[in-house]
Amino acid sequence: MADEAPFQFLHNELLQYIYKTSDNGETENGRNITKLENMGFRVGQGLVERMTKDTARFKDELDVMKFICKDFWTCVFKKQIDNLRTNHQGIYVLQDNKFRLLSQLSAGKQYLDQAPKYLAFSCGLVRGGLSNLGVKSIVTAEVSVMPACKFQVMIQKM
Amino acid sequence: MSRQSNRTTDSKKMNSELFTLTYGALVTQLCKDYENDEEVNKQLDKMGYNIGVRLIEDFLARSSIGRCQDFRETADVIAKVAFKMYLGITPSVTNWSPAGDEFSLMLENNPLVDFVELPDNHSTLIYSNLLCGVLRGALEMVQMAVDVRFAQDTLRGDNVTEIRMKFIKRIEENLPAGDE
Repeated sequence: MADEAPFQFLHNELLQYIYKTSDNGETENGRNITKLENMGFRVGQGLVERMTKDTARFKDELDVMKFICKDFWTCVFKKQIDNLRTNHQGIYVLQDNKFRLLSQLSAGKQYLDQAPKYLAFSCGLVRGGLSNLGVKSIVTAEVSVMPACKFQVMIQKM
Repeated sequence: MSRQSNRTTDSKKMNSELFTLTYGALVTQLCKDYENDEEVNKQLDKMGYNIGVRLIEDFLARSSIGRCQDFRETADVIAKVAFKMYLGITPSVTNWSPAGDEFSLMLENNPLVDFVELPDNHSTLIYSNLLCGVLRGALEMVQMAVDVRFAQDTLRGDNVTEIRMKFIKRIEENLPAGDE
């Protein structure tokens, strides 16, 4: 059994590394987020490829999103998404009330401004996963109260 | 919901793949950022060290293992408990030096390299060097200075993956100056 602690620690080191190699600044911060997101993207692609190799074809976009909320999330974060909402026009909001990568941080407001960097990699994961299922998207995340977090998926029509 | 039933994914196995893939993404990034493999190796070791010094706490808290009496016991705990707990494998402990201060961990299947093939231009890259750092960092926190390095690596054409560990010294607990 591979434990989840190594992944959490590795993820922390990843952030450390990406943020240490550059100085602060608005553009630099954006670039770091992009870097993390891209790494996540590649990992998400690989994971979905491995997970779905024996499953039947998904019937529509919603089916794909359900897969992401259930199986994908369970595999990566050990729980399902708590709430999935959509406007049926290509925007989905995935809410996780206790996001695993934030659960080690204080639940108060103290580190709220640090939260975005803990989410970038996961945004990439979702985007990469969707992309390999034939859904092109933009994924963003926001945190209002730790450790709950909302991922917004905007489907790009091809 | 017939589809639901055939969507059985082994989540434990998948989770190790998440780790493997994430690690791969990290190494890829490092290879992009640094010119030569030596630098990448060093960086991986450093990051491993940082993980090790924190992982040991998690390990001690969960395994309820006390202080090791000698280096042989340490070797056993590393191979049979720690590797099992975190990577799901049990390396064999071999090649003890006569003095009992040096041994090898033989990894039959290193989960970090599951989907990896080294390109020709990275022949000196020690792909799993993070592990060395983790071991060094973790042992340092229990007052053991140990030298850890890869002696053989299947990625570079060897038959097995071998991590060589050498005990250097016990780290004395330093009292702060002037504190009797």
